[in-house]
Amino acid sequence: MTNVPATPGAADSGAAPEPAGERKVSEGLHFARRNPKLLIGTGIVLALLFTGLIGPLFIDQGPNVYVGPKSQPPSSEYWMGTTSFGQDIWAQFVYGLRSTFLVGALGGGIAFVVGTAVGFVAGFKGGLVDELLNMFTNVVLVLPTLVVLIVAVAYLDVRGVVVQALFIGLTSWPWAARAVRSQALSLATRDYVDLARLSGRRTWRIITTEIAPNMSSYLVMSFILLFGGAILIAAGLDFIGLGPANGVSLGLMLESAVAWSALQLGMWWWFIPPGAGITLLVGSMYILNVGLDEVFNPKLREL
Amino acid sequence: MLELSHVHKVYRVGAFGGARLRAVRDVNLTVEPGEVVSLIGESGSGKSTIGKMVLGLTGVSSGQILFEGNDVSRIRGFSAKKEYYRRVQGVFQDPFSSFNPIFKADRVFEMIRSSYFPATSDADWRQKVLDAIGTVRLDPGNVLDKYPHQLSGGQLQRLLIARALLLDIKLLVADEIISMLDASTRIDVLNLLADLKERGLGILFVTHDLSLGNYVSDRSVILRKGAIAEMGPTRAVFENPMHPYSRHLLSCVPQLHRTWTEVDEELAANPPEDVVLPTVGEDDDSAPLTEVEKGHFVGIDQH
Repeated sequence: MTNVPATPGAADSGAAPEPAGERKVSEGLHFARRNPKLLIGTGIVLALLFTGLIGPLFIDQGPNVYVGPKSQPPSSEYWMGTTSFGQDIWAQFVYGLRSTFLVGALGGGIAFVVGTAVGFVAGFKGGLVDELLNMFTNVVLVLPTLVVLIVAVAYLDVRGVVVQALFIGLTSWPWAARAVRSQALSLATRDYVDLARLSGRRTWRIITTEIAPNMSSYLVMSFILLFGGAILIAAGLDFIGLGPANGVSLGLMLESAVAWSALQLGMWWWFIPPGAGITLLVGSMYILNVGLDEVFNPKLREL
Repeated sequence: MLELSHVHKVYRVGAFGGARLRAVRDVNLTVEPGEVVSLIGESGSGKSTIGKMVLGLTGVSSGQILFEGNDVSRIRGFSAKKEYYRRVQGVFQDPFSSFNPIFKADRVFEMIRSSYFPATSDADWRQKVLDAIGTVRLDPGNVLDKYPHQLSGGQLQRLLIARALLLDIKLLVADEIISMLDASTRIDVLNLLADLKERGLGILFVTHDLSLGNYVSDRSVILRKGAIAEMGPTRAVFENPMHPYSRHLLSCVPQLHRTWTEVDEELAANPPEDVVLPTVGEDDDSAPLTEVEKGHFVGIDQH
């Protein structure tokens, strides 16, 4: 290769010496720190997560052990009172939070992986692959998910948190697939994708290193929504009695509170903590999502 | 070196794919080493499609594209394609969308390295990159370690050419590489192409700008509606256009010192000698060429 000496032309001057990478990151952080929605949402979700993670370590007996006097309102010994069988509601609550997070992470995670994989392949490959995957997505999308879940869970012998999460994950991915597909479809026509092809890159590497990083904010937000959705579906299943057979979860707490007439007996401490827990968790996740949206999308920023 | 013979590209359009759109119709052309061939045509004339087919980014409906005797449209398999890109590279129209905006611009060099030169040491590779950047007359200090948005269009476009030079290429497909550049940087890139030609590189120069085609190329191909209207040595095509469409095109170039009326009057005063254009039947997809003088061809007239 002959080397013509470098003669910087007129166009070479004038580029700002400022390192853009740092600026970009700190710009994101700058808006993240000032976004009350993001801060409040993240704070509540993290507080609940730590309660679920650390709380059970300080509890000696399991959540379903009959430890104390029956039907006690909250006191210094039993922070959230006891059930009509003498179970500690605080213990149930922290263990329930733990399994709720597990269902959300697993169910949301499975849905996210399946949804993004289907969406990326369909949007990027196009043609017949796209047609087939799209048809499959639409079929799963119109399945009456809750009915299928009820039937499937009711017939299954093993009923644990993991199986429940698996079912939720495998039925709630279609909208994520559609959303990711439409984004991938538009990104796949960019010139840098063609350039990556010309650089001898394989399809899956183009997807993971060129397209996915460009929609990372979109992916994070889909995961959060799937996470929240999985928690809600799990709570619904638990409430109608199709939850984990001998575990504990916030939905199961609600179910037993209703089954043993806590409402009529005025035992508000039995049903308010799990109900408020689910509402708080999913609500703050959605608020967190809106906050993230504002941080990622300059048009939505409140200056 | 590169030979297109009877290349067609047909798209299915319409709601049920019933209608057909002929993007490229029976194109025959060759590019020799050290030769610049201009593909000139208006929007929709199929010139970019030909470039994409040569680069293997779009399939060929029928016909052959031979590169050094091998049909590139039939290359199957990832490694064969990768080897092809070692010798044939492209530069696209829009330098700003050829770079992934979230990564630094010199990542395009790293992609070449990881795909084709994994064994090269850091020092050797750096020297190679500096050589290539010197060849395209950029100052490494101004362009390396920068994000695409910090660089000008001309700098980005030359970086892309430098990227192609890292490989030992024989053919460069330059798809409208000048059109997004401003006038002052245009001439730099054009002169760079002339340098590359001196080194024995074959260049397929796709453009809609007649004067650029005239400035840079050895042979010109004027396309209309996917078929070749006129093809021949640049001087012959521009000084003695034979096809009514090329005459019309050339008369449409604004001239500094003459008004449209003067141009039209002159054209009317000197009616060019008539050539017999080849004709084809209504249902015939072919587009035969007639040789009017040595190496100078005219094609069918389409309305």
